[in-house]
Amino acid sequence: MTTSTGTAAAKPAAPQASTPTTPAGKAADYLDQRTSIGSAVKEFARKVFPDHWSFLLGEIALYSFIVLILTGIFLTMFFVPSMSLVTYHGEPASMNGVLMSDAFASTLNMSFEVRGGLLMRQIHHWAALIFLAAIVTHMMRVFFTGAFRKPREVNWLVGMLLMIMGLAAGFSGYSLPDDVLSGNGLRITDGVVKSIPLIGSYMSYFVFGGEFPGEHIIPRLFTVHILLVPGLILALVALHLFFVVLHKHTQYPGGGRTDKNVVGFPLFPVYVAKAGGFFFVVFGILALMGGTMAINNVWNYGPYDPSPVSAGAQPDWYMLFLEGSLRLMPGQTEFVIGGYTLSLNVLIPAVVVPGLLFTFLFVYPFLEAAVTKDKREHHVLDRPRNVPVRTGLGVAFLTAFIILALAGSNDLIATHFSLSINTITWVFRFLIFLGPWFAFWITKRICLGLQRKDRELVLHGHETGRIVRFAHGEYIEVHRPLDEQERWLRVNYQAHEPLEIEPATDSRGVRRKGYKKDKRLQRLSRFFYEDRVEPVTPAEVAAAHSHGEHDALEGESHAQIEAGAATVGGGRDLVEPEKGADERRP
Amino acid sequence: MKALAARRHHRLAPVVLLLLALLVTGGVYAAFAPTSANAETASTEDIETGKKLFQANCATCHGMDAEGSDTVPSLVGVGAASVDFQVSTGRMPMQMDGPQALQKPRQFDEEQTAQLAAYVASLGAGPAIPTDEQVDASLGDVANGAAIFRTNCAMCHNAVGAGGALSEGKFAPPLWDTSERNIYQAMLTGPQSMPVFNDATVTPEEKRDVIAFLVDQREGSAGGLSLGSLGPVSEGLWAWIVGMGLLVGAAVWIGAKSS
Amino acid sequence: MSDYQNPRSPESSPREVGHRDQHGTLDTFPDPGLPEHKSRMADRDPKASKRAERQVATLFGISVIGTIAALVVYFVIPPDGTTAGVRLSTLALGLAIAFALLGIGLGAVHWAKVLMSDHEKVDERHPIASDPQTRVDALAELDAGVKDSGIARRGVLKGAVISALALFPLTIAVPLVGSVGGDWNVSKFKHTLWKPGTRLAIDPSGRPIKAADVTIGSVVHIIPEVSQEEMQSHEWITEKAKAVVLLVRLDPRDIKSDQSPEGETWSYDGIVAFSKICTHVGCPVALYEQQTHHLLCPCHQSTFDVADSAKVVFGPAKRPLPQLPITVDDEGYLVAQSDFHEPIGPSFWERLK
Repeated sequence: MTTSTGTAAAKPAAPQASTPTTPAGKAADYLDQRTSIGSAVKEFARKVFPDHWSFLLGEIALYSFIVLILTGIFLTMFFVPSMSLVTYHGEPASMNGVLMSDAFASTLNMSFEVRGGLLMRQIHHWAALIFLAAIVTHMMRVFFTGAFRKPREVNWLVGMLLMIMGLAAGFSGYSLPDDVLSGNGLRITDGVVKSIPLIGSYMSYFVFGGEFPGEHIIPRLFTVHILLVPGLILALVALHLFFVVLHKHTQYPGGGRTDKNVVGFPLFPVYVAKAGGFFFVVFGILALMGGTMAINNVWNYGPYDPSPVSAGAQPDWYMLFLEGSLRLMPGQTEFVIGGYTLSLNVLIPAVVVPGLLFTFLFVYPFLEAAVTKDKREHHVLDRPRNVPVRTGLGVAFLTAFIILALAGSNDLIATHFSLSINTITWVFRFLIFLGPWFAFWITKRICLGLQRKDRELVLHGHETGRIVRFAHGEYIEVHRPLDEQERWLRVNYQAHEPLEIEPATDSRGVRRKGYKKDKRLQRLSRFFYEDRVEPVTPAEVAAAHSHGEHDALEGESHAQIEAGAATVGGGRDLVEPEKGADERRP
Repeated sequence: MKALAARRHHRLAPVVLLLLALLVTGGVYAAFAPTSANAETASTEDIETGKKLFQANCATCHGMDAEGSDTVPSLVGVGAASVDFQVSTGRMPMQMDGPQALQKPRQFDEEQTAQLAAYVASLGAGPAIPTDEQVDASLGDVANGAAIFRTNCAMCHNAVGAGGALSEGKFAPPLWDTSERNIYQAMLTGPQSMPVFNDATVTPEEKRDVIAFLVDQREGSAGGLSLGSLGPVSEGLWAWIVGMGLLVGAAVWIGAKSS
Repeated sequence: MSDYQNPRSPESSPREVGHRDQHGTLDTFPDPGLPEHKSRMADRDPKASKRAERQVATLFGISVIGTIAALVVYFVIPPDGTTAGVRLSTLALGLAIAFALLGIGLGAVHWAKVLMSDHEKVDERHPIASDPQTRVDALAELDAGVKDSGIARRGVLKGAVISALALFPLTIAVPLVGSVGGDWNVSKFKHTLWKPGTRLAIDPSGRPIKAADVTIGSVVHIIPEVSQEEMQSHEWITEKAKAVVLLVRLDPRDIKSDQSPEGETWSYDGIVAFSKICTHVGCPVALYEQQTHHLLCPCHQSTFDVADSAKVVFGPAKRPLPQLPITVDDEGYLVAQSDFHEPIGPSFWERLK
């Protein structure tokens, strides 16, 4: 609010409080006197955020959530969360005069009688699908770049909770219209709940307020969907973003980017424009989809009745992994023990499989921290190729998830590719075990291969495809050395080594307590880090230059290696393209 | 006159002549071509011709007297409706050996199909081909048809008739292009894996309601592109392809350095 | 500085500064610093800059047009109840809104990319952990608070406050959980509406069905016969969810077995009735394949052989579909002999108790 007018030589004057003259200045002053917003503005207005498209994936999720809330408010103005029966009169013709719940009737009314109603419903549903797709994509970006490492482990857990809340929001939301498709989904949920030992039947009564379907489930899901879950999501999103600001955003490796700085552009004006603009882009694309692509036409499924069912009975895509597990599990594994029924054929796919998948995600940051004993803060991201086992595990996880999702769509695969649904099921039963293992192995090998290629590139430079013949008859292929930035990108990483542990016995031969645990951790650490490719060192580059009768001269090469542009003689490889052949000779 | 004579040698003259000739031929044909045979008034002649067609094309599998065998069903009592359905959709004569006979371009025209139907109907009483009034969609109740369809048909054919999978490679085909008559006949005769919906369990009026419902579905979706009406799996696929595709594309554009 | 340790140990960050090995040769490359700034066309060429400005303005202009179009469409193209009318209204409004939004988004992003300063800035990071003095002070404050409360000396108080706080949530949780479960009478799972003499009726119309109406190869979807007004109530849906049945007529020679115990006949002249609720997780098992006599559930592909006691031949179900014992009454209508002899639908813990 002050302008300094002193010359370069003058001491900087202490800022004085001047009375603001412009309307904006007056408003800011009024606010600051009551909220001390000045310090926040000073701290945050020009806060630096790094620039990369993959950092926008989380924003897709955030903005689709905002779209969900905005369109959702519209929907709550017309939706009636009641299972009381009414006879519907109106469009479409297939529903005219039909007895149905008020929930279903209000959904039809909203779609066919309310202006913009169907548009809002469709935007809302597409936004829900995109919300979860963006969460999964963002989570995978965070996983593959190691952004979950210290100090961001807690934020990873917050993100995982957000994903689970997202699943709950989606499931409760698409069940609200009380149609045959989502109603059968609720029936399946009831079947799963009933299979829980000891308390299953009572839990079923708890959820439905009695026998299925009862009259309570839709109003209860409505409360879950518009109050409990969004409240939790808003709180967790606030926490999630708070951590991003506190920790500052991570950045990709590159020149000038370290664990002690953050390089990028200021919040105001660049990110206000880019991120703010992206909100409008996301909303606009969702509006485009909602206006042109039909989704969840519940009048085709009909009001919920326990008798009908439609071919292509699947939940929304993000629940397909559960659907696939249920389809793949063979049925023989139900046992009667002492008169009590234990249905492992339902419990394993519906409880154990998702339990395993979520547990892997939840514990992963802590697992990696344990096998590296790495206690440093990490703000520079990993290139996925430099962490082959992590990348392999991530791809294996995704493979398992995708195979389960495909298994959940097996009837559509059967009709579209003219295959037998039974054969498809058997193939996936094998693939769910073999697929992730194979995916892990091949991904790890590809990462190691890419790392080796990077090493070759640093050691020998880019192949230019030009051949030079010297006067004495030797032919060499000309390589162009990497510039500083290219080289830095490829050498600036740490190849973790397997843990070293103290020996089993101490100096007097007494077995050390905790050795077994250490040994297990070491074995796991070996699995992660035994196969590794170390980054290239300057000494190695120097050695690579001197494949010939003599090494590069000491004095000259030092300075040149430090400068990074090595022009060496006698070697096979590196030659500056512009210089003539005789200039190379030392 | 001179002008016309001059145009006689115009290079487009043959084309004009050809068009004229086609027009005349077409007009004469339309005026004098025989109408298609009405199956209800099957004459003995039709039955005889039908028998010859049958023995030439069908008897190798179904037997000379349509008695069938261990692996091939007998056609005695299947009725004209079955034959009209199977032959007009091209399923019969069956060509490929697979989980089920597939629909293909019909091998026999309307007249020949009617003759085959007449012959098979003469072998034993069975379901008859429905009248035009029985399959007139405009006389059916769409809402009642939807209710019947939901309970009896949607589990195989999908909620709007987009088709669905059965076991072992069999499937219930999509109904978008099925004629009203064939919808009726399929319900009545229960072809291949499809169960029989006789007139006691689904009355003729209820069958017409189902036809009205299916025809109503051909208008498409009120929400826009129907994406095949296949449900959440296709919606999820398109959300990823179109939605995430556009959004990640936008993100890449936003993050890219400007030239 | 505790985060930055001995350069030789794995925990250290070896690439911060070029380290030298024992020969004095560098063993890591030095950080080349920020890459050179490349100018953009709009920075170099004032004509390009003006063009970019016009492009941004145009995009915002498109947004305004989109907004106006959306308002016009809202008033002028309402949904008229027909499929085509609703489709047109949805499409027009959706496109207009999309333009209104995309105009702003694309305009703002284009402005940022092409015209706003793209010189990178560098901010410092500080370790997340509070500095040691702050930690000491924080602990001191907590200690002072504990001392003031006196809780360290008074163990009884500590135990008492913890017990009270741990128990009070029960006052809310128990009523909440207890009231939400209805009458908690889970034995209802074991009984359905079917009683001896209940007529089998066609779903959804409710017409009773005669044995003669069921021909070989046909399938009928069955509900118990109830009054029309009962069918309008919501309790009906809950009862129907247990009572739906699938009726199939087979050639008696094709029936390998059914669930009738010794001395009883649960089928009638080749007509068999099975519960339609899948024993896996409860979907309606409705896909009857006439030629194979297999009943396929569309949800998870459990397959039951109707000609062989509806036992499972594929898929994740374990138990066969329970059979409804049927016979005919004196008018020829199909009736149930009794309720099912076991609970229908998915398994639950006390199912056989």
